[in-house]
Amino acid sequence: MASHILLVGIGGFCGAIVRYFFSRKLNSGKLPVGTLTVNLSGAFLLGAMAGANLSTTTTLLLGTGFLGAFTTFSTLKLEMAQLQLKKEHRLFILYTTITYGGGIALAYLGYWLGSFFR
Amino acid sequence: MIYLWVGCAGMFGAMLRYLIGISFFADSRFPWATLTINLLGSFLLAWLTSYVFKKVRLSPHLSTAIGTGFVGSFTTFSTLSVETISLFQDGHNFLAMVYVLVSLLGGLTMSHLGFKVSKEVQKS
Repeated sequence: MASHILLVGIGGFCGAIVRYFFSRKLNSGKLPVGTLTVNLSGAFLLGAMAGANLSTTTTLLLGTGFLGAFTTFSTLKLEMAQLQLKKEHRLFILYTTITYGGGIALAYLGYWLGSFFR
Repeated sequence: MIYLWVGCAGMFGAMLRYLIGISFFADSRFPWATLTINLLGSFLLAWLTSYVFKKVRLSPHLSTAIGTGFVGSFTTFSTLSVETISLFQDGHNFLAMVYVLVSLLGGLTMSHLGFKVSKEVQKS
C-alpha cells in the first residue's frame, strides 16, 4: 500500500516536470500546443499501456503516476475558458475538438497497438 | 530549480489523486473518482490563478509549483481518455458519452465558476 503510493509519487514527480518543460517550450502561441501535445501523447501512451496489460508496479509508476501527471485536465479547462473569454470562438472549438476527438482516438489506437504486446 | 518545485508538487498531486481513487467509488462502473478530481481541479486552478496568486504574494516559483505542479498533476486527461474507451469497449456507450460530455462541459463550467468567484470576492 505504502509502496504503491510511493510508485505513483515518483511517477508524478517526473510527469509534472516533463509536462512543465513542454508547456514552457510550446505554449507561447494562441493555441496551447504544449498542453495539447502532452494530453494527446499521454492518452496514446496510457491506451497502449492498458492494451498491453502490464504489471501493477509498472501501471502505478508509469500509468497512474507518470502519465497521469504528465497529462492535465485543469490546465486544459483553464485554457478553454480563457479562449472563450477572449472571444476566440474558432480557436476554442478547434482546441476542444482536437483535444477530445484526438485524445479518445489516440487512446483507442494505443490500446489496439498495445494489445499486440500482451 | 523551478523544475524541482514543480516535480515535488506534482508528486503530491499524483499521490492525492491515487488516494482518492482507491478510497472512494473504487467499485463503481462509472469513473466518479476521475470526474470528481477533474471538476474540482478545474475550479481550483481558475480560482487560484485569478484570485489567490494575485492577492497573496507568493514567489513565482511557489505559485507555479502549486498551479502547474500540484493541481496540474492532480487532474488528468490520459485517464479520462482511457476510461472513456473502456466504457465503450464494455458496451456502455451511453455512459461513455455522458462521461465525455460531463467532463467537457462540467469542467469548463467549473473553470468559469472559479473566475466568477474570484471576481465576486474582489468586488466585496
